[in-house]
Amino acid sequence: MTRYVIGRVVQAGAVLWAAFTLTFAILYLLPSDPMELQLAAAGVQQDSLTPDQLAGMKHRFGLDQSIWAQYWHHLTGVLHGDFGTSLSQQVPVSDLITQRIGGTLTLSASAAVLSLITGATLAYLATFARWNPLRVFLTRLPALGASFPQFFVALFLIQFFSFQLGWLPATGNQGVRSLVMPIVTISVLTSSVLAQVLIKSFDQTLRQPYIATARAKGLSRSAVHLKHAFRNAALPAMTILGVLVGLTVTSSIVVETVFTREGVGKLAQESVLSQDVPVVLAVVTVAAAMFVLVNLIVDLLYPLLDPRISHTRGRVRPAPEVVPV
Amino acid sequence: MTLVDIKGLDVGYVRHRQVQPAVVGLDLTVEPGEVVAIVGESGSGKTTTANALIGLLPANGRITAGSAVVDGVQTAGASERTLRRLRGSVVGLIPQDPMVGLNPTQRVGHQIAEAVKLRGLTGAAARAEVLEHLEQAGVPDPGSRARQYPHELSGGLRQRALIAIALAGRPKLIIADEPTSALDVTVQKRILDHLGGLVRDQGISLLIITHDLAVAADRADRIVVMRHGRLVEQGEPVTLLSAPRESYTRRLTTATPRLAPRFDVREKAVPDPILTLTEVSKTFAPGDLRRGDRGFNALDKVDVTVPRGRTHALVGESGCGKTTTLRIALGLETATSGSVVLDGDEIVGRSWNQLRPLRRKAQLVHQDPFATLDPKFTVGQSITEPLVSFRIGDRRSRAERARELLDQVALPASYLDRLPSELSGGQRQRVAIARALALCPDLIMLDEPVSALDVLVQEQILQLLTDLQAALGLSYLFVSHDLAVVAEVAHTVSVMSRGKVVEHGPVAAVFTHPTSPYTRELIDAIPGRRVVDAA
Repeated sequence: MTRYVIGRVVQAGAVLWAAFTLTFAILYLLPSDPMELQLAAAGVQQDSLTPDQLAGMKHRFGLDQSIWAQYWHHLTGVLHGDFGTSLSQQVPVSDLITQRIGGTLTLSASAAVLSLITGATLAYLATFARWNPLRVFLTRLPALGASFPQFFVALFLIQFFSFQLGWLPATGNQGVRSLVMPIVTISVLTSSVLAQVLIKSFDQTLRQPYIATARAKGLSRSAVHLKHAFRNAALPAMTILGVLVGLTVTSSIVVETVFTREGVGKLAQESVLSQDVPVVLAVVTVAAAMFVLVNLIVDLLYPLLDPRISHTRGRVRPAPEVVPV
Repeated sequence: MTLVDIKGLDVGYVRHRQVQPAVVGLDLTVEPGEVVAIVGESGSGKTTTANALIGLLPANGRITAGSAVVDGVQTAGASERTLRRLRGSVVGLIPQDPMVGLNPTQRVGHQIAEAVKLRGLTGAAARAEVLEHLEQAGVPDPGSRARQYPHELSGGLRQRALIAIALAGRPKLIIADEPTSALDVTVQKRILDHLGGLVRDQGISLLIITHDLAVAADRADRIVVMRHGRLVEQGEPVTLLSAPRESYTRRLTTATPRLAPRFDVREKAVPDPILTLTEVSKTFAPGDLRRGDRGFNALDKVDVTVPRGRTHALVGESGCGKTTTLRIALGLETATSGSVVLDGDEIVGRSWNQLRPLRRKAQLVHQDPFATLDPKFTVGQSITEPLVSFRIGDRRSRAERARELLDQVALPASYLDRLPSELSGGQRQRVAIARALALCPDLIMLDEPVSALDVLVQEQILQLLTDLQAALGLSYLFVSHDLAVVAEVAHTVSVMSRGKVVEHGPVAAVFTHPTSPYTRELIDAIPGRRVVDAA
């Protein structure tokens, strides 16, 4: 078990490092001059500076160093929580991120929880509804939800709930009420995907012979579903859960832009437009870190849900622990 | 009072808005304490009957007419609530395949406890009873087994755990649906003996569902033969087998292979070998998924010789290394040491590309005819694929060859355009054989080719293999766990146990005068003593 955990943690670290390095490489290869951007932001023409002044500035930002030195400088900085200075706003990137990450995390986490609840409920109802037309309707519903683009869902919600009914604010990040529509927008997609996987998985699980064994014992319908079907059906869905939570983070770019919310997503969009390389690098690294963390948690939960997992790679079987039967 | 009383029962499955009958006008009774066996091939409606009795028909299953009274309760058209009261406490079910019959994410003890708790027991009393039922089902060391997960137990132990679940409801009737067909013959014998003893001691009725007439004959007080959803004939085993009234029953009894060696090569000259395995050992590295329970040595200095134009069989229980031997002989697995000579060429140590030309000489037919054919390939595409792969002939000559091959395996040429899903198990196995013949190999390796088939189909396929051998001079390496099947087709045999060959020689010698105690144990475990005695 310990080896499994260590293996997963090392793997997560490696993925994170790879994501950082790849982003760094791509951003470095972009055909833009960071110096020029800096100066444009400060309202200074590059021609008005002497070569000495230019060289001095380049030195201050470390831009005169070799690519390897810059990479090393960034990597060690990131490990210490220092993402450098924003080219366009002249403030430490870590300050920008910490200011905004709270809003995005609240949004993502609430959206993840809501998708989990609605996705699982929808799947459960679609599988166990006894009235056939309702079952067919519920089974088709997730396909519909997964096909709407998020900006469309967002605009539809704004049009209906803000402009027509006036129930919820269309923009801003003041209070819980402003969170509702962004959360719903993200969840429509993620809960639909989750429901699709779960419905299929339930369907397959209920055809398993051990379900017949459980029914033959004389267990009630709900006991069979909850004690025998649910956990086994949830296992395949666990795998995409990590991806889905990651999706709620990336969805924040679209959603925060449409709802004009201050968050990391909007920061990412702005910094890409202004080619603010350190900020983009930081946002991608933070997003990758969250993605990796969620998947690590899923990986670590797996053996708890499925006793077969920890035994796979042919290790010595641990003595069964003593629990009441 | 009669425990089970089925009268004029019709059961069907709804497909494309039409009810396809699966059971038609069935009359069947089971008395308290009686052991009844329903025998029939797949599709005969035997499992449907059992499922209908406890309301476990699949969603599209319907009881369309008749009545099925269990312990005084009408189950035909009964509500889920009524049926639930019967399940477990009146009728226990032992499902078909022990490998998938238990919930993989719950401890074995917990799954038995569920059934015990339905009777109102809790806490320590329930726990004690779980252990008691495991012990009754013949599980050694029940205390620690109860705390294990299904994947930590062998097939035999899982089957015993399922028996414990069935016993835990204290039922009056146990339905055992093909209880042991997934198990080795020695395990099967032990479990059936045990189950038989239990039901007799506790006065439980037993309804055995099986395709194996021999298993039924050994255990049942009464055999019911079913075909196409109808009852063909019923009676006491000895009468039914010695004087069957119906021709179908007669065909079943004659098709059941018995341990009578067909070929006697004891005093004949041994032809040159086409395949020779010398001191082949295989060690799976630690951490390898395939190393199994037995540890690292999958094969330990195995010697096998297949004489040209003859059939050599490898027999043994699952995990004895017979399939590994076959895979090494085919070059799909590399031996750790030893040599494999196919038609004069050493294949150990050859790379994939060096091995490829040799594949024309040896072909493989798999165990499961349902999984061996690509479901998206037509029969013609499947058969000609080896030709395409070796760039033999053009489109027209390949089509010609495909028709010729279908003819050899006794399928009409119109089958060329069919998909595997349109074929029966036996027909699929014929297609698989035709595919193996496509490259005119000298040697065909058959991995349990008939174990998934009904006895009548099995007989036909075995006959086909023998005819093909005579016509084309083929050599076979035949892997099987079934000694009776081996007696039907093989000239020589190697008996394997725990990665070693424990005995080898002509079938006629090994099966009539076994020298190794293990071979003797295998032979004794074969069901059907009563069939043989009766016939």
